[in-house]
Amino acid sequence: MTVERALPTQEAHDLLDLVRELAGKEVAPRAAAQEAAGEFPREVFRTLGAAGLLGLPYPEEHGGAGQLYEVYLHVVEELAASWLAVGLGLSVHTLSCFPVAAFGTAAQRESLLPAMLGGELLGAYCLSEPQSGSDAAALRTRAVRDGDGYAVDGVKAWITHGGVADFYTLMARTGEDGPRGISCLHVPAGLDGLSFGAAERKMGMRSSPTAQVRLDGVRLPHDALIGAEGEGFRIAMASLDGGRLGIAACAVGVAQAALDTAVGYARERRQFGSRIADFQGLSFMLADMATQVAAARALYLEAARLRDAGRPYATKAAMAKLFATDVCMKVTTDAVQVLGGYGYVEDFPAERYMREAKVLQIVEGTNQIQRLVIGRAITKE
Amino acid sequence: MNIVVCVKQVPDTATERKLRSDDKTLDREAADGVVNELDEYAVEEALRLKEAHGGEVTVLTMGPDKAADTIRKALAMGADKAVHVTDEALHGSDALSTSYAMAQTLKKIGFDLVILGSESTDARTGVLAAMLAERLGVPQLTLANKVDVAGSSITIQRVTDYGFDRVEATLPAVVSVVEKINEPRYPSFKGIMAAKKKPVAKFGLAEAEIAADQVGLGGAWSEVAEFAAAPPRAAGTVVKDEGDGGAKTAEFLAAKKFI
Repeated sequence: MTVERALPTQEAHDLLDLVRELAGKEVAPRAAAQEAAGEFPREVFRTLGAAGLLGLPYPEEHGGAGQLYEVYLHVVEELAASWLAVGLGLSVHTLSCFPVAAFGTAAQRESLLPAMLGGELLGAYCLSEPQSGSDAAALRTRAVRDGDGYAVDGVKAWITHGGVADFYTLMARTGEDGPRGISCLHVPAGLDGLSFGAAERKMGMRSSPTAQVRLDGVRLPHDALIGAEGEGFRIAMASLDGGRLGIAACAVGVAQAALDTAVGYARERRQFGSRIADFQGLSFMLADMATQVAAARALYLEAARLRDAGRPYATKAAMAKLFATDVCMKVTTDAVQVLGGYGYVEDFPAERYMREAKVLQIVEGTNQIQRLVIGRAITKE
Repeated sequence: MNIVVCVKQVPDTATERKLRSDDKTLDREAADGVVNELDEYAVEEALRLKEAHGGEVTVLTMGPDKAADTIRKALAMGADKAVHVTDEALHGSDALSTSYAMAQTLKKIGFDLVILGSESTDARTGVLAAMLAERLGVPQLTLANKVDVAGSSITIQRVTDYGFDRVEATLPAVVSVVEKINEPRYPSFKGIMAAKKKPVAKFGLAEAEIAADQVGLGGAWSEVAEFAAAPPRAAGTVVKDEGDGGAKTAEFLAAKKFI
C-alpha cells in the first residue's frame, strides 16, 4: 500500500515517485532470492547512484541533491520497505559521507565529495572494534604519525559493506586514551595493508555484507585526517545522530512492509466462513500495528525537522531510533502471528522481516545506549 | 543530428481500460496515463544516438493536456525539448489522420531522424511509422532491434520471423524500434528537476498548419461502428484422471489444434 506522505515540496513528491518506481521495479523483485543466496546487490546501488540517490542530504555544489534530511529519510524508508539491505546500505553510505561534508576542509570537500556523492562509490563507517562496541571511546586502532602522513594498525568489527566499499570512514586513536585521543580518517579502498575478514553469517540481512576491516601498516597521507586530531569522537557521535535517524527510517520501512503483508493476508484468508480480518481479535492487532508504525514515522520525522531547522535533535534522534526499532520488532513479530504457519515459512516474507527487525535494535547504538543517551539528556542539571 | 522521438500517452495496461459510450473513443479520464512502453525504447535509442553523434533530441507528442506528463518523463530521461500538438479538433483522429497531423508538425519543426516505438499498447495498429514516412517522402526503417548511423547513412536490423533483414537508407528517415533494442534508463532526480525548465512548445492546428477537416472524428477514415465488453472468461475444462487423463488431455489439445 502506498504510504500517504506529507512532503515539504513538489520536488520531494517527484523524488518519492522516482524512488517508488525504482523500489518496485529494481529493488523489491530481487530481495527474497538474493537474501536467500546472501548476494550483495552492488548493481542495485549503481542504479540508485545513477538516479542521484547516493548524496541526497548534501549540498548540490558538491554533487549532492540538496534535499532536506526529512525528505532523505522518506527515501530510506521506502527502500528499506522493499529490501532492508538496500535501505540500510543507503543509510550507512550517507552516514559515511557526513564527516567529510560537515568537518572536512574546503579542499577535502572539493576533492572527495563529488565522487563520494556521485553514485559510483559506496562508503563504509568504521567505529566498532571486537572489544569496543557500546564503549566506542575504548577503541584501540592506532594511527601514528609517519613522515608527513599516518601509519594505521588495528581491527574494526561489524562493518557494513566491509570488503565491498570504495572508501572507509575510520575512527582511530592518534593520542591519549579515551574520547579525546580519537581522530577521523578517510581511507580509500585498495591501499596496501587493508584487508577484510570473512563476511559474518548473520541471522538476517544476509545480502548486506558485514565484516572485519583489518589495517596492517596502512599508509595514509596527512590530508586523510578529517577535522582536527582528537576531534574524531565528537565527529563520530555527530555522524551517529543522523545515522540513528536513518536506522529509525529503516525500521519504519520494514515495519510498514510487515504490516502490509499482514493486512493483505488477513483480507484474503478465510476461516469459519469469514475473512480473518473481520475477527475483532485480529483486527485490533492490525490496528495496533498500524498505529505504532504511524507513531514511529511521526517521531523520526519530528527529529529530522529539528535537524533541518538547525535545532538540537540528538535526544529526539535517540528516541526515534529506540521507539521505531522496538516497534519494528513488535510489528514484525505480530505479522508472523497473523500469518500463522505461513508466517513461519520462507515462502512468505513475514519471517524475513522479523529476522531483519532484530538487527535494528542493535546497530548504531543498542537500544540500551539510546535509553542512556535519553536519560542523561533529560536529567542533566 | 536533429532527432525527433514520437511518444504517446496511453492508459496504464494495469488499470481497466474502456471506451466512451458517447463517441466510442478511448476514455482517457478513466485510466491513469503512462508513457507507451515501447516509446521508452525509442527515447532511449534517440538519447544513445545523440550521445554517440551529437545533436539534439526533440520529443513530439499529440494528445490532450494530460499528455504533458508523458513529455515530462521523456525530458527527464534526457531529451532536450518538446513539441506538444494539442487541439480539441484532434479528438477522435484515427491512425491515418494522426499521421497527417504528425507529418505536418514534423515538416514544420524539421528533422534528420524520426524515431518511434513500433506500436502503442492501446490502439496497437503499428502503422504510424510507415504512414509518416510516406507522408514525409522519406525512407521507412521499421521494427529495428539495432540502429547504426554513419554520416548521412543509416542501417538497421529489421526483426523478421526468420531472423533479421539489414536495411539501409540515407537520412532523413523514419525508424521504429522494438523492445529488444536497448534497456531504457530511469530518469535521475537531477533529470526530473532539469526537465521542468526545458522548453515545451504547444502547437494547435494553426501553428502546425493542420487542416481541420482532415483530423478528428470527422476527418477519420475509419469508424468504430460498435463495441462490446469482452465476454467474461469461460470456466475451464477439468480433466479427471481415471487412468486415461493423458489421452483426454491430448484430445483436448488436439481439438484446440495445439497438437
